[in-house]
Amino acid sequence: MIRFLIEKEFKQIIRHSFLPKLIFAFPVLMLLVMPWAANQEVKNIRLSVVDSDYSTESQRMLHKIIASGYFMLTDISTSHPQAIQSIEAGEADIILEIPNGFARDMAKTGFTDVLISANAVNGMKAGLGSSYLASILTDYAQELSIEKGGSVSSLQPAVKFLFNPHLDYKVFMIPALMVMLLTMLCGFLPALNIVGEKESGTIEQLNVTPIKKLTFILAKLLPYWVIGFIVLTISFGIAALLYHLFPGGSAATWQVASLLTIYLYAGIYLLVVSGLGLLISNYSATMQQAMFVMFFFVMILILMCGLFTPISSMPDWAQAITAINPLTYFMQVMRAVYLKGSSMSELLPQLFALLGFAIVFNVGAVLSYRKTN
Amino acid sequence: MKQFLSFIRKEFYHIFRDTRTILILLVMPILQIILFGFAVTNEVRNANVAVLDLSKDVATTRMIAQFQASEYFTVNQVRSPAEIDAIFKRGKANLSMIFGSEFADNLLHTGDFSVQLLADATDPNQATTLVNYASNILAGGLSNEVATKISGGSVSPQIVIRPQVQMLYNPQMKGAYNFVPGVMGLILMLICAMMTSISIVREKETGTMGVLLASPIKPLYIILAKMTPYFALSIVNLITILLLSVFVLGVPVAGNLLLLVSVSLIFILTALALGLLISNVVDTQVAAMLISGLALMMPTMLLSGLIFPIESMPAILQWISCVLPVRWFIEAVRKVMIQGVDVAFVLKEIGILSGMAVVLMVVSLKKFKIRLQ
Repeated sequence: MIRFLIEKEFKQIIRHSFLPKLIFAFPVLMLLVMPWAANQEVKNIRLSVVDSDYSTESQRMLHKIIASGYFMLTDISTSHPQAIQSIEAGEADIILEIPNGFARDMAKTGFTDVLISANAVNGMKAGLGSSYLASILTDYAQELSIEKGGSVSSLQPAVKFLFNPHLDYKVFMIPALMVMLLTMLCGFLPALNIVGEKESGTIEQLNVTPIKKLTFILAKLLPYWVIGFIVLTISFGIAALLYHLFPGGSAATWQVASLLTIYLYAGIYLLVVSGLGLLISNYSATMQQAMFVMFFFVMILILMCGLFTPISSMPDWAQAITAINPLTYFMQVMRAVYLKGSSMSELLPQLFALLGFAIVFNVGAVLSYRKTN
Repeated sequence: MKQFLSFIRKEFYHIFRDTRTILILLVMPILQIILFGFAVTNEVRNANVAVLDLSKDVATTRMIAQFQASEYFTVNQVRSPAEIDAIFKRGKANLSMIFGSEFADNLLHTGDFSVQLLADATDPNQATTLVNYASNILAGGLSNEVATKISGGSVSPQIVIRPQVQMLYNPQMKGAYNFVPGVMGLILMLICAMMTSISIVREKETGTMGVLLASPIKPLYIILAKMTPYFALSIVNLITILLLSVFVLGVPVAGNLLLLVSVSLIFILTALALGLLISNVVDTQVAAMLISGLALMMPTMLLSGLIFPIESMPAILQWISCVLPVRWFIEAVRKVMIQGVDVAFVLKEIGILSGMAVVLMVVSLKKFKIRLQ
């Protein structure tokens, strides 16, 4: 019995004018374009300079700032108000003001002040930008101290960035984008499925057959499970070919075990999202409604899973929400396995959480499917 | 006119009878504002630091206490380097700090002390910010240790440049300032473009469009009647968002309210025209949803500057973002609402938006088919 139902579902998907194209084109497009767009890297900061000192020292400092590569000099303003204007016109992000007497104070007392004003509408950009600028200034001051014959007591810790040494934001986003892909395709399509049968009236024909509820839901679930694996495999290929990103790190440290771990967790996660989609589909009367309810949930789930911003930055009530969000766990697994090469034994809590969600949603989907009105 | 009014009433009935959708449409902006305002933030707080103290002397104890006192960090002591690795792989810490053996002794006598910061750089921005904060605390602690123990040591000429940092418009660097304009764009796009296109296509799909077109009312009025309720809904949502952001998030309207409202109205018209255009080219609700979802909502979330700064994107994506009306809307709202600039500084954005509105309106009204195939 279930074989025929599954055959029907697959045929419906394959014969659809749009779905097969979507299943192949969406992951390709998403992974080609989005890693470049979904980038919170702070670079190309536009700098407006007010140099009231105009000394050799201040000019040398400017050269050093530009040479760092983080900053682009947009204009040299004559006064603070003029520099503010270029921020208001959206031409500059940060103002560096070198006061008159910069070089003189430096020679006399060794201490000298500069003023940094950042457009903090985007707080993170302003924060990182001004700290880059401050660290270049510190470097420059040390350079001058050494030239004057001073010793520099470097009271700086040794810093090492693990797992992503080049601080590449794309590496951070690609595993997360795969999670988003699976959520969108294998969440929205099932959500539209049962309600679609309701709208076109074909559900009546299924309702009068002796098909069991469980069989019905399983037959609806399985095609999306298979689609999920196809999408995931395409994504792996693109990540490896285009971004040289492999589960467990680079091509050299690539591990079959990591790959299998991801497939295992993905297999459970697909049941979770498709189950959620079917559950919503059962409760909806029209496709528009199903779409909106799904959109509503997916939006909250995506915002509250640590995809864009770290969970540890959230207030406690929000952290409590992330704990009942299946995406949180799968996101953690994807990033941990892909970037850090974590193994299953380190990800056991996530395994149990995802299994729990899968059971709850799918039991819910089976129970909420009604053959009678 | 009377006919037109009764058509508008019909459209309102359509919307209000679907309680679930209307509820989502009204609750969504509230929820998004709260989530973006409080939960989606990059501010560092209570980041977990795994500390390995091989020395356990006065100096390291004092410095660890400083980390404990800081609101940015939560300290976990570990006993071996292997433990640090496991903690990173489980995702239980974002940063680890290792004090080498005989730390205080080396710091004061040989200068050959060792303190190391290891950051989990899977999230590059968080790693950079954490390392910055931790380095500052360490540098302060180290110079205190050196200063308290050595008095009257050799003083060498030191040059220090002290940057005075000022954060404009958003001194506390709150994420909400950046997100509120984006949420406005997202919600208006969703309601105006997506809902309008779906509701027109539904009439086509269910066959009632033929009935409407055969009625004595002009096709133009049918379209206008379709748009009116969504226009009204957008205004309601706009007011909700503004009230919430001022009174709940504490994001003030720094500029002219009238200017802000006019910019929003132009954008609403643009989005309505987009919705109409989509409904012209597709015949099924699913296609309308997928096109408005993939071609409007995804770019709105990823390419408009809502979350990810446009300046960091490659040139080709920056060009694409110029085509999106929502990009110009968000820029204009940021300038007017957050920075509080004069109308002169947003003329470019207003001009582009108005141009897009006019072109889209003309094209979609021209393309509207008054005969069905």
